Formats: sequence, C-alpha cells, structure tokens
Amino acid sequence: MSFDKIRDPRKLRHQIGHMECDYVYTAGVAGERFYLALREDGKLLATRCDKCNITYMPPRMYCDKCFAELTNYKEVPLTGIIESYTITYFDMDGEVLPEPLVLAFIKIDQTDGGLIHTVGNIKPESLKIGTKVKALFKDKAKRTGALTDIKCFQPA
Amino acid sequence: MNIKKRVAVVGAGITLFRRRLKESGKELSFHAVNMALESAEMTRDDIDSVVMGTAPDAFDGIHMKSENLLDGAGATQKPYTHVYVGGGTGVFSPIGGWWHVASGMHDTCLVVCEEKMSPCFPHPQTAFRTIWDPITSRPLNPNLVWIFALEMHRYMKVHNIPKEHIAQVAVKNKGNALDHPSAQLGAKITVDDVLNSEIMVYPVNRLDISPPSDGAAALILASEDVARKYTDAPVWLDGVGWALDSAYWTNRDLYYPQYVEEAAKMAYKMAKINDPPKEVSFAEPYDPFTYKELHHLEGLQLAKKGEAPKLTVEGVTARDGDLPVCPSGGLLGVGNPIAAAGLMKCCEAFWQLRNEAGKRQVPKAETGVCQAWGDLMQVGTVCVFKRDS
Amino acid sequence: MSKNMKELPGTPLSGKELKSEKVITFKWRPNAKYAWSAGIAYGRFLDELKAGRIIGRRCSRCERIIVPPRMFCEHCFVATDEWVYVKDTGTINTFSLSYLDADANRIKDPILVAVIDIDGASPGVGILHLLGNVAPDKIDVGMKVKAVWKPPEEREGSVTDILFWEPLED
Repeated sequence: MSFDKIRDPRKLRHQIGHMECDYVYTAGVAGERFYLALREDGKLLATRCDKCNITYMPPRMYCDKCFAELTNYKEVPLTGIIESYTITYFDMDGEVLPEPLVLAFIKIDQTDGGLIHTVGNIKPESLKIGTKVKALFKDKAKRTGALTDIKCFQPA
Repeated sequence: MNIKKRVAVVGAGITLFRRRLKESGKELSFHAVNMALESAEMTRDDIDSVVMGTAPDAFDGIHMKSENLLDGAGATQKPYTHVYVGGGTGVFSPIGGWWHVASGMHDTCLVVCEEKMSPCFPHPQTAFRTIWDPITSRPLNPNLVWIFALEMHRYMKVHNIPKEHIAQVAVKNKGNALDHPSAQLGAKITVDDVLNSEIMVYPVNRLDISPPSDGAAALILASEDVARKYTDAPVWLDGVGWALDSAYWTNRDLYYPQYVEEAAKMAYKMAKINDPPKEVSFAEPYDPFTYKELHHLEGLQLAKKGEAPKLTVEGVTARDGDLPVCPSGGLLGVGNPIAAAGLMKCCEAFWQLRNEAGKRQVPKAETGVCQAWGDLMQVGTVCVFKRDS
Repeated sequence: MSKNMKELPGTPLSGKELKSEKVITFKWRPNAKYAWSAGIAYGRFLDELKAGRIIGRRCSRCERIIVPPRMFCEHCFVATDEWVYVKDTGTINTFSLSYLDADANRIKDPILVAVIDIDGASPGVGILHLLGNVAPDKIDVGMKVKAVWKPPEEREGSVTDILFWEPLED
C-alpha cells in the first residue's frame, strides 16, 4: 500500500480520541474480608477448602477445584518464602528509578498461594529464592485497605 | 445440515439483578453457575466445556474480562470460549454452547453470562462513547440512546403508532417482573406514568428504558443421551439462528429489523416451525427499550409489520394472553446486565417449559422463543426451546 | 427455579455505601489515547468535507451510490468503482431530541439529532448528523434540509466541518 512508510497515523487524515471512563471496582465478598483485615487488624486472611485440602491466599469465595462456596476465613502467618523475584530499574513510564525495586512472588506460609509485593531492607545482591520474609505494615492511620497497606516484605 | 446430537437444557441459575452488587464478576458468575449445577444435580466434574458471554469489557473495566472471569465460571483447566455480539450476546452464548454439544464434540457445555456495569463512571453510558465509528460518528459526541430514539421514531412514523401503545410494554413488563426473584425494577405502573416520565431523548421517556445492572446467569446444555441421565424433563434447544447486518446503520430503513427476521427464519427452520404465531406458545424478545419488544416481535414473525403494538394493547402478549411476551418481566423489569439479561431470557424459557416459573408460569408452555439484539442495530440472535409434548 | 435455593445470591450496594469506608473499592482511570487513521475511503471523504463537498462511491454492480464512501460494496462484495459528488442537501429520515449528553447528564436545551438521507445518493442512504436553526417542534420526518458549513478556514477534515443541517428554504 502507498502508506506503508507512514508509521504515525497523525500524519494522515485522522481522528483523535481517548477512553473517557473512570472505574470504581468493588473488591468482592472475599476481597473485602481480606482488605478489611489488612487495614483494620494488620492480618492476612485466607479461605480453606477442607475437601480439596487447599488454602487460598488471597482468599477466594469458592474452591477453584470442587466449586464449593468457602465461608471459613482463617488468619495465616505474615511470613512467607520468596519463590521468584525480579529487580526493576525503571518506572512504568520508562524513567530510571532512583533506587532499583525488588518485586517478588512470596508464597505465604500455611497457604497454597501467595502475594506479589516489593522486598525491602535487603541488598539486591543478597536476594535468594527461598529467602524467608515477613510483611512490614504501614501505621494503621495510613492504611487504606489495599495491598500497599503492607509497606514491603523484609527478611524475617 | 448434519447435526449429530439433539441438545437439551438441564439446569439454569441466576443472581439478583441490581444497579450495584458487592460481589466481583467472578463471584457473581460462581453464584449463577453454582445454582445451575445444583438445579441439575451436577458437579463441576460433569462439565466438559464452558462458554462465557459478556458485552463490552468497558463496563466491568477489565480488558479481556472473560479470562478474569474464568474460574468463577467453573472453567479452570477446561475448554473455554468467549463469545460476543454486543447486546445480542446473551442469546448467542447458548448458541455457542449448542455448537459444542450438537457437533458431538462434548456431552455437556456450561453457558455463563456476566455483566457488571456499576464500575463505569460517570455513568455506564460513558462506555458507549467508545463503540461508535471514530471517523463518521464519534466526533458528533453521540449518546447511545440516540440510535434507539432514531429507530423508535422511524418505526412510529412509518406505521403511525401512538406512543401510548408503545408505553404499554413498560406497564406489562414491569408488572410481570414483580414476580421475578431477580428483578430490579418490578413495579405496578400506568401508561400515563410512562408518558409523564422525564423525556430522555425524544421520543424515549425514562420509563421506556431498562436500567444499567450487575448480574449473572447460567445454563447447562447436554446431549440427549446424557441429559436423560440427569432429568426426566429435559428442555430442548431445537433451533438456533443468528444474523448480522453491517455497521452502516444509517444506510438502511430502521423501521424493520431484517437481520432479526433472517435469524428467526434460520432457527424456525431448524426447529421445524412452519407457522410461528400458531406454534410458539410464549416469547422472550429483547426489550432494552419498550418499542424494541414490538420491533422484535415483528422481526420474529410473531406479529405482522406494524401490528405488534395492537397485540400489546389488546392484551394478547399479557401473561394470560394468547401469546405471552416477556413473562419474566424482561430487561425493562428484571434489569439489564447486558449479556446476563439475554441469558436470563433463556433461563426463563427453561423454567417456563419445566413448569417451574411459579407465579410467572404461562399456561400450556410448549415452545418458547428467546431473542437478543445489539451492536449498532445490526445483530439478531434467536433460540427456540421446546419440551416433550 | 432451584428447589434448594431460597434466596437468590447477590449483595446490593447503594451509591452511598459504595463511597463508605466499609466497602473496599479500587479506582482506575484508563490513560489510553487513540489516533485513528481514516483509511482510503474516509480519508478522501474528510478531504472533501474540508473543501466543502460531500463525496460518495458508486458500485457499478448494484448501482448504489453510498455515503459515507467505502472502497468495497458490502452487498456485492466487489470493489466500488468511482467517486461521485453528492449534494449537501437532504431529507430527514428520522430524528430525535436529546436531553442527555454523552455521559447521560441531563441538559436543558436538547441536541437535535437526525438521520439525513443525502440528495444524490441512493434512496435510504443517509448519515447521522445534527440539526440547527429550527425549533424542535417544527422538525418533521420528510423535511428538506441543507448543510451549514464552518467557514473554510476553520474546517479541519472532520464530519464536524458541517456544523449542522437547517431547513431548506423553498
């Protein structure tokens, strides 16, 4: 086609637009229990399916396997194991971060699931898969009911 | 046509329909599926495949939301398909399920539809800003109600239909919805209430429009041999049809939905229905707006062109009339979580044909037709359900 | 319906509850911006609008003259054959009066919306556009209208280069 070399549609006849919507999502039934416990009590809640022997972290309202409704929420430890991690040097817009950021998947103890979070108070070079970490909470007054109520995970 | 298996419906489930529900989309899907499984006395292990239907992702605000909903739909590690034809999706989803079973590929297929319109601000209408042709329409800053108003006005003008006759649809459907346990807007109202309600986009008044809603619904399909194991009273999905016209909606006469006629003819032929008004015992046409029920009754060949309003005024389409229409209460009464609202109509057909519709039960329900419609006035989807006579 | 289920599932929330501390919510504003190139047919269409003209395409198989133009006929599924100028007058096919803006906010003075069948295009071939210089109660289906253009220097190659359509004086 004759326009093959034009990479920017704005050099052709075009129309500009954007998504005008804003969104407000509810956390759902299980999500709400989880985030309220984070905010109010500084605790991690999981749901458990005894039949399938699965403890869901973050909690779910139903068992993925047998599809039973799960209503028993239990407190689990604030500790876990780094199952995998990555170190990022750039922010979401591609700008260089003042300090590299460690992001990890942390398998929470006594559960079959885990959380993605940042790991702090550790030198990137001393990170290891298998390192035991513990959630460090923000002061209660600063918590909003989100995963960021946990400031970071740090070596336990 | 080489249809390998006759397809039955063996279970149905539904949540409340409300302007806002706390449950996440997954959780709503779970509830609808759980009820469907429980009603069929099945477990997730009995399900071979899952079809998910949703309308634009822009309502839930989760791009590719069917993937997000997967586990709530009971589809973890199963063959899973997402189908979408805008507002027509709710009745298209069981057609997607039908493919799986009629082809002999799967013995059972679970069909789930979910919509959560409440996350979208300032109003779910805002999401509709993004569906227009970006070159020819969007610069005019249109509201989706415009196209309904334009189509409704054309329909009224061509057939000389008074607004009072169209308003009767809202009176009937909101009244019927009083008996539906999911219903968001069941109410006893009068024609004057409709005519005196706020003018939104002339000739559309507030009570002509269905509400935005959150909700989910589910239906379980099974092949004939497998269905017999689970139930003595299977309902048959004996005819499916769908047709789409182009998005050039300003290039055709809006007074009649030809694409609905094409879809209906396909479904009737498959279901061996030769004389629809005589053989169809009740209908659930798509009614996001009052006039759409009438428009669609005509497209479905259940009324002659321009005569559906008369049938409504004469009470023919009332629950105790000769041709009950939207005995559920429709989108106008039960609510309009888009895809879930279409599937709600198919759930209603299932309950009606099993004599499980309680106060909504229509007499002598033997053949029911469900239909949905959508995109830029271009989609018709039709399912014909029957019971053993 | 289901024998074992007494109440249907679902937890209704009011708008007020949604904003309360007890209900956990998360907010997001999509930051996606788009630039849609008009393509071949609409590109020419917009160029012509900028020049104060409306152009369509003719399909020599079905003999339709279609607006907005496309490079293929969706009925015959063959390439359309030639560019055809159509008039900037037409007939109101259907209309509505919108008391809602694009976000469903109420507005006092209605936006006058119409499908206008374009003179010189095939019968029933119309476009979505706005009406102006007319009292809402004077508008009717079948009324002849004429495009009111922006001054040439303000046109930018958009359907909004036509401000609106007004009644055509006899």
